Amino acid sequence: MTVRVGDAAQAPDFEAAAKKLLRDTQLRRNLRHATDVARKKRALVVGETPDWQLLREAARRIKEHTMRHLDIYLQQFEESCTRAGGKVHWARDADEASRIVVDIVRSHNEKEVIKVKTMTSDEIRLNKALEAAGIAPYETDLAELIIQLGGDAPSHIVAPALHRNRMEVREIFLKKMGLTQLGDTPEALTEAARLYLRERFLRVKIGISGANFAIADTGSVCVVESEGNGRMCVSLPRVLISLIGIEKVIPRFRDLDVFFQVLPRSATGERMNPYNSIWTGVHEGDGPQEFHAVLIDNGRTGVLADPESRETLHCIRCGACLNICPVYRQTGGHAYGSTYSGPIGAIVTPQLQSMRHSQSLPYASSLCGACYEVCPVKINIPEILIHLRSKIVANGESPFSERLGMKAAGVALSGGGRLASAERFARFIQRFYERDGRLQNLPGILKGWTEYRDMPALPRESFREWWANREKKAREKQKGSGS
Amino acid sequence: MLISLFVACYNDALFPETGKAVVAVLERLGHTVEFRSAQTCCGQMHYNSGYHVEARKLMRHFLETFRGAEIICVPSSSCVAMIRDHFPKMAAATDDVAVIREVEDLLPRVFEFSELLIDKLGATDVGAFFPHTVTLHTPCHSLRSLNIGDRPQRLLQAVRGISLADLANFDQCCGFGGTFAVKNADVSAAMLSDKVRCILDTGSEICAATDNSCLLHIGGALSRQQTGVRCMHLAEILASTESDAQSGIGGKS
Repeated sequence: MTVRVGDAAQAPDFEAAAKKLLRDTQLRRNLRHATDVARKKRALVVGETPDWQLLREAARRIKEHTMRHLDIYLQQFEESCTRAGGKVHWARDADEASRIVVDIVRSHNEKEVIKVKTMTSDEIRLNKALEAAGIAPYETDLAELIIQLGGDAPSHIVAPALHRNRMEVREIFLKKMGLTQLGDTPEALTEAARLYLRERFLRVKIGISGANFAIADTGSVCVVESEGNGRMCVSLPRVLISLIGIEKVIPRFRDLDVFFQVLPRSATGERMNPYNSIWTGVHEGDGPQEFHAVLIDNGRTGVLADPESRETLHCIRCGACLNICPVYRQTGGHAYGSTYSGPIGAIVTPQLQSMRHSQSLPYASSLCGACYEVCPVKINIPEILIHLRSKIVANGESPFSERLGMKAAGVALSGGGRLASAERFARFIQRFYERDGRLQNLPGILKGWTEYRDMPALPRESFREWWANREKKAREKQKGSGS
Repeated sequence: MLISLFVACYNDALFPETGKAVVAVLERLGHTVEFRSAQTCCGQMHYNSGYHVEARKLMRHFLETFRGAEIICVPSSSCVAMIRDHFPKMAAATDDVAVIREVEDLLPRVFEFSELLIDKLGATDVGAFFPHTVTLHTPCHSLRSLNIGDRPQRLLQAVRGISLADLANFDQCCGFGGTFAVKNADVSAAMLSDKVRCILDTGSEICAATDNSCLLHIGGALSRQQTGVRCMHLAEILASTESDAQSGIGGKS
């Protein structure tokens, strides 16, 4: 098996990538603006929903139930989809999924495909596999088009080009679409994209989509989006291939009731998505005449096997945790080196692929809890981050200096007397670093701290020493008054 | 009422004034404070960093130390969150029924300082005087785990002479996050710069909070940048009286 999440296995550590990105002032400004807008929009439409907490709980329960019986619902989906005229494929890993898609395209002797935004495609690196097979993939989602034309990687699971601002987009379009002039208004840019894409929509015979939901009882697949380009991709081509992570299955059509309320509010701050496309198998004379559903594991059953973190699979990829995350707000998505960024990426990537390739990700969080608070399916991301950290520690893979420090701290904190001794020792050591009651240049693990912040020196008397003296004085006073 | 103080390890060593202030406020309200000297740490740093074996040992030590204490006051919201959110889970992992029971029995007796004052002791006005401009930082744990609401605000509003300034983006993390601040020092510093900007915009002289761990972080930057703004634990403001103000204690850093 070759489980992979995009190119995350080759990605640098989060700390190193973040350090570089933090210096990109244009990126920082774009991020501040984009996350501010997304947060405000979400807060507004969530705030006006009186039963929001009940909806979250309902969504969580549907997902929990589905994961517990995933085997049953996947088979049910296969049966329903097949009955409706679709063909279901099972892919163990990224390469198998890509191979299935390439084979389907080849069987039709086609050299081009149009794609609606699918992060799963980026996860399995489908575009690379298609290109290697001489097939040209055309991204049609506006943001994915910007990414593709710019030779860039997505930095957000809902808004992949969030790190780009309008002027940068104009630049990319001008260069890559072979235009001689182009305005910089949103209208001018979307018009350019429309002309560029429309011609492909009408020409290309094969469409590729992801799936927001795969519905077990009807065998339907659902994609929600804002532009209508997705609607064209799933309705105009003769052949449609949908990539479906196995966790995307939901039991019943009516479960959409809950998800259609929580997903758009969380994702784009809308009460409803402008386009909600649902299709079931094939229908003669209407839409694609051949439909393939590719069910992809790629490490997901491994996540399911861990009871402490399996709720990671509940994710509906709304991106609310990215928008609210104070870490993401500073670094953007590229620091995570994966298709999946932000808090959810920090728990998805290390679990899907080998932990050794993404060990820095569980530490890319201050555990502030904002992600858990906004998650529409109530994934306790901070708790899972801690769980993943504990796995790294249990495997003996945390840095030696850290292990040593934690061991030493454990001993120092094992009793009041020992803590008092440790405090005295620290006060002795700090005299070499202290200036005016401040420590400004500490060594080792604390170096990062004092690069940006002062550390107050330990006062001469700890609280416990003050308390002991106070007790002593009180006792003496009592004795004195008693004699 | 006899109140047992869990001062928290880092307050013990770095911020003894906070512990003294808690004692002063509680005694002023007519209560008796005890300090069990065997106490050390709640285990949060170890737990959050993934060192769960060590964290479990510290939990057991905590349980032993505070056995029989009727009320436990903790002037650190993140320690309270550690105890409430993670002790039950850690106890369950020990498979030891006695430990599980002891944690169940412990939780209702643990109060964060402002919770204790308002919910248990019914005191909002603690007779403090503090003639300074203050903005209140909200630690993530107090906001999302303790649901502390406006308790700290209400306590500060009752302080005579104080002028309170609202902090923009109060629900945004300051970037401390324990070992995060050293492991991801650069990102942490970027988050901190957002927080510092908001604090300076309030025009306050003092940034207060219910948790000195955030304040260690925020105060570290305020000091390094010579901003002329300093940090104080909520308890230290509530402990201030008119005589402190006259002797000039309010203005030192």
